Amino acid sequence: MINQRKDHNIKAYILLFIVFAVLLTLLDLKYIGDEYVRRVLNLAAIYTIVSVSMNLVNGFTGLFSLGQAGFMAIGAYTVAIFTVPLESRASIFYVVPQNPALAGIHIPFPAALLLGGLLAALVAILIGIPVLRLKSDYLAIATLGFSEIIRIVFTNAKTITNGALGIKSIPKMPTMWVFFGVMILSVAFIVFLINSSYGRAFKAIREDAVAAEAMGINLFKHKVMSFAIGAFFAGIGGGLFASLLGTVDPKQFYFTMTYNFLLMIVLGGMGSISGTVIASFIVTIGLEVLRFFDNPLTLFGVTIPIFRAGFRMVIFSALLMILVLFFRNGLLGQKELSWGMVRDWFGRLRRYKR
Amino acid sequence: MVLVSFETFMQQLANGISIGSLYALIAIGYTMVYGILRLINFAHGDIFMMAAYFMIFSMVSFRLPWYVSIIIVIAFTVLLGVIIEKVAYRPLRNAPRMSIMISAIGVSFLLENLATYLFTGVPKGFPDIAFLTKAIRIGNISLTVATLLTPIITIILLYVVLFITNKTKIGMAMRASSVDFETARLMGININRVISTTFIIGSGLAAIGAVLWGSKYPSIYPLVGVMPGLKCFIAAVLGGIGNTTGAVLGGFILGMAEIMLVTFLPALTGYRDAIAFVILIVVLLVKPTGLLGEKVTDKV
Repeated sequence: MINQRKDHNIKAYILLFIVFAVLLTLLDLKYIGDEYVRRVLNLAAIYTIVSVSMNLVNGFTGLFSLGQAGFMAIGAYTVAIFTVPLESRASIFYVVPQNPALAGIHIPFPAALLLGGLLAALVAILIGIPVLRLKSDYLAIATLGFSEIIRIVFTNAKTITNGALGIKSIPKMPTMWVFFGVMILSVAFIVFLINSSYGRAFKAIREDAVAAEAMGINLFKHKVMSFAIGAFFAGIGGGLFASLLGTVDPKQFYFTMTYNFLLMIVLGGMGSISGTVIASFIVTIGLEVLRFFDNPLTLFGVTIPIFRAGFRMVIFSALLMILVLFFRNGLLGQKELSWGMVRDWFGRLRRYKR
Repeated sequence: MVLVSFETFMQQLANGISIGSLYALIAIGYTMVYGILRLINFAHGDIFMMAAYFMIFSMVSFRLPWYVSIIIVIAFTVLLGVIIEKVAYRPLRNAPRMSIMISAIGVSFLLENLATYLFTGVPKGFPDIAFLTKAIRIGNISLTVATLLTPIITIILLYVVLFITNKTKIGMAMRASSVDFETARLMGININRVISTTFIIGSGLAAIGAVLWGSKYPSIYPLVGVMPGLKCFIAAVLGGIGNTTGAVLGGFILGMAEIMLVTFLPALTGYRDAIAFVILIVVLLVKPTGLLGEKVTDKV
């Protein structure tokens, strides 16, 4: 009986994946959707990588990290610096010439992406070593501060990052499969990690650090590991972000960007990967669709005064407050989406209709 | 490293003390809230920002004289602090620590976005309080009254806070709650009143800090509170979190370190905001309890 159901589940998963692949290919080959839709979906895929990695740290390990925007900046700049074609470098670094040590180096995109992730992880380890030995309260301030500092550094290190002008003409990826492929690989890696013995150790630390330590878990090692892996994937997300937009500058990585990811993991459920994936798509698409809040709205000849620039972000920050105050578990809490759950929902819907 | 003249040094010393005492005022709010709730009140910097906007509205839009405005600003800021505590922190008192931290972030994000929405992101000029911005010359050094007055106000307010926490009944309740929240409640201490009082004091000091800050840096924008907020928490950690005198000491050291960096290493001026975080890392490595903090062992 159990075997049969499992078999059915695998079939359903394969079917779901085929539907997803066909849809994505159709989108990719421009049969359906337009450039705007493709761009928003790619952005959602990138944000999924970052928010899932943030959930690994915040939701599964119980560390309060707010450095995601900073780690993304590291990944984005690594990709930007190393993948811009050599011939267009001089026109980008026209105010201050690029550092000669970097001027002649060009790395293919996949290697630069990986390098960006690794650099982000390295920085995370450097922050983690002093901060994570203590109570993790300080991590929030240290990471928030770090994502501000990294912006200051990138603005000032003009020979490397071109300062506030940013770096343009980063080669764009020709296919959506780059973003969605990396997303699937990243989420799969984090799911495997969470179900491994390391993942159990992370959850034990989240539930009770003292008890976990008593059971022989090396707190410091596991905390640094979770934090560094989270940073690695944020770096990867940042690299993809750079290649999606084609341009980077320090202002894009303002620390308030991290709050968007916080909204995603709270909405999806701290400690639920599938919830985070769903929430990432909802929030990213929502942030785009609800742009009309920022424009004046006229209904029946009356201009509604509350609709103007900035209203959208007020709604999103209020949403974060409402979620944490009244719906602390988000969509899925610590559970994962399963067929049983979907069936229950449909069952409830059917009963409701009657 | 550059050599500077004695006058420049004295001028910068005064600046350092002045900015340090501003940090100290804000840091007291952080350290008191953390001492009792074990919560980093991320919204504290944004309460400070709102206070600066209140001052602008009171003086520019309603044309009230500065001495009336200051009282109104303090009243509104205190009200804001108390409301935030009631709405965003009190319902989560028994929730996991992570939830209340997220709530604090949420309040901070909401205030920043609300300020952007209501007052636009364009910096607004802080009203000129003639009495505070008047320049005084001592020898070759030119200082504003605000620069001279800030440290004095800070020291007086520190003594007021110390008097409240050490000599009054509510202060005793505060100290008891910061040692052991649960036991204090069992002893019949009205925890909610204690916490409200903490937020009243913290927000009031932030309001005074905002007025002095605006007289020194008269450009107010919705994210103006972020950096001072982060730095002042670091000042509180440096002085020993939970310790009021420590917070003031930490604020002075931080302000001084910043100004001295700008004075002696002008090439690194762009990294001025980074020094606080270097200090944080060093403190956490060398003496995590801070300069005046006591060692606290985790109880199982």
